[in-house]
Amino acid sequence: MIEPVFLAEAAVNGLLLGGVLALLALGLNLIFGVIDIVWIAYVDLVMICMYAVYFVVQVYGWPIWVGGLASVALGALLGVLVHLLIITPILTSAPVNQLLATGGLLFFLQSFATFLWTTDHRSVRLALPRLELFDMPISVARLIAFALSILAMLGLYLFLSRTYIGTAIRAVSQDREAMALMGANPQRVYLVTSAVGGAMAGVAAALLIIQYAVHPFFGAAFGPITFMICVLGGLGNMVGAFVASFIMSEVIAVSGVIWSTEMGYVIAFVVFIVMIFVRPGGILAKRG
Amino acid sequence: MTGARALGLLGLVALAVAPYVPIGVMREYTIHVLVQIFIWSFIGGAWSLMGRFGLTSLGHGAFLGLGAYTSTLLWNFFGLTPWLGAVAAMALTAGLAVIVAYPCSRFQVVGHYFGLVTLAVGEVVRLLIIAERDWTGGSLGLTVKAAGHDSLLAVQFADKRVFYYLALGLWLAGLYVWVRVDRSMARSAMEAIGEDETAAASVGIHVTRFKVGITVLSAVLTAAGGIAYAQYISYVNPDTLAGIGVSLRIVFAVVLGGMYSLLGPTVGTALTIALAEYLRVLFGLKFIGMAETIYGLLLVLFIIFLPAGIYGTVRQLVGRRRPTAVAA
Repeated sequence: MIEPVFLAEAAVNGLLLGGVLALLALGLNLIFGVIDIVWIAYVDLVMICMYAVYFVVQVYGWPIWVGGLASVALGALLGVLVHLLIITPILTSAPVNQLLATGGLLFFLQSFATFLWTTDHRSVRLALPRLELFDMPISVARLIAFALSILAMLGLYLFLSRTYIGTAIRAVSQDREAMALMGANPQRVYLVTSAVGGAMAGVAAALLIIQYAVHPFFGAAFGPITFMICVLGGLGNMVGAFVASFIMSEVIAVSGVIWSTEMGYVIAFVVFIVMIFVRPGGILAKRG
Repeated sequence: MTGARALGLLGLVALAVAPYVPIGVMREYTIHVLVQIFIWSFIGGAWSLMGRFGLTSLGHGAFLGLGAYTSTLLWNFFGLTPWLGAVAAMALTAGLAVIVAYPCSRFQVVGHYFGLVTLAVGEVVRLLIIAERDWTGGSLGLTVKAAGHDSLLAVQFADKRVFYYLALGLWLAGLYVWVRVDRSMARSAMEAIGEDETAAASVGIHVTRFKVGITVLSAVLTAAGGIAYAQYISYVNPDTLAGIGVSLRIVFAVVLGGMYSLLGPTVGTALTIALAEYLRVLFGLKFIGMAETIYGLLLVLFIIFLPAGIYGTVRQLVGRRRPTAVAA
């Protein structure tokens, strides 16, 4: 029998992981909802940004917040580049080609990272105090990451609801053709969306690198679960993605303690498959 | 048409005698590459049976891994010949295909959603293989137990040429199935379903039956390919036979070649394998990752600039020129 304290610890860890997963899912979901293309390589962009933080902080010795800013800037830049170089030429192609183009980018980024930085695991070590709550060790790095990801999500929410371009982004995600007819320029909206989505990847990277080591296959480890969360939450549904992140991270963390890490992911994927059948519009969608 | 048929026959004869062409030390290696091309083309062809009708599966690794691991485990632990193991594995894969395809069809899971569901299934199989490490060796993989001598029962041969002919036979069988499906009523039905499911159902097409049927066929053939590959390499590994990586590779090769034509998957697979091998030999151990980097870059470029696939584009060009030639 597993001691309740371990389960409680797993639940807390799940909650903290859920914050960062939510951030990843929101960035991807924003792009997904507005441009209607799945960036298979999204988490690989995060991986590249994580390396950026690692080099800025560990190798060049700058403070962590500089690394974080660099990561956000790089993320936004990568988002714009991916959109201009890969997405724009295939906007009207068959969906399978769109998936595969970003899938090719996944192979490219993964192996280019292997080529440049080898498969060594690298992490950023921060000197942080230890914290204990009811005999459970709580990682301060995870706590900070959780708090900052909630803040970043609030920022995204305010951007989408309070600014002019944010409103345009939401409008395009609701009806692409109608927006073009209203005189809006979808290209510009797409570009801003890609930049914002990329910046979210940068924020997530800065928050992930203080908890996990980065390696070229980081994207392969976190990518699938991120897509699952997006779909589970409902495409373009930000609140849904937020809720889905916590469901998935709790499933992974708790069943990971009860069985094994792999079984935790297996159960998460099975939950996803069943949910697609039962609630195809996402967990918060009205039954149709 | 007779010209094409003669060309095909000539190609077959060339393939039949290829292992006996004296090219010295390169022979073993060439045969090795060709065997891989045959097996993966067969698997690509199996994928395209679904892919061409809009059922874009990103999880064929599930069927590949389930097939390869079932026959290998049965052989390693119970000494069951892979021939019978293959039957068991294909039956199991057919079961999995029904479990995936039936609800997908009933709940109208199509497009991106179908891709993501199959992707999840592929990951589930990969993770289960890793989780059951007592049996499967986990991420380290599993070696097919050696029979010690050439054995038809164990499907193990020291001479690569035997595998060459087996793989050639498998590939031809795959092409035969493709042609049979292409000329059947099922093709028209599936095309109608791919265009508009509701409209297809309204003219009396049994949507679920056709979708489940084509998925089972595709899955079973994929499993057969996986078993063939496992027997040839005599080693199975969850990352090379299940999960996203291999699933995407299959789709890449097919889309690169063109999924709507008989030889499209073969052309695409041959090119990707030849490219990967060339880059591997070129860079060797010097720049680890460089070969794959160029591979990924070329894939993106191909998909942007040749969306119909290489073979498909060539056929379109030839097809466009032919009528003008007749007119002139």
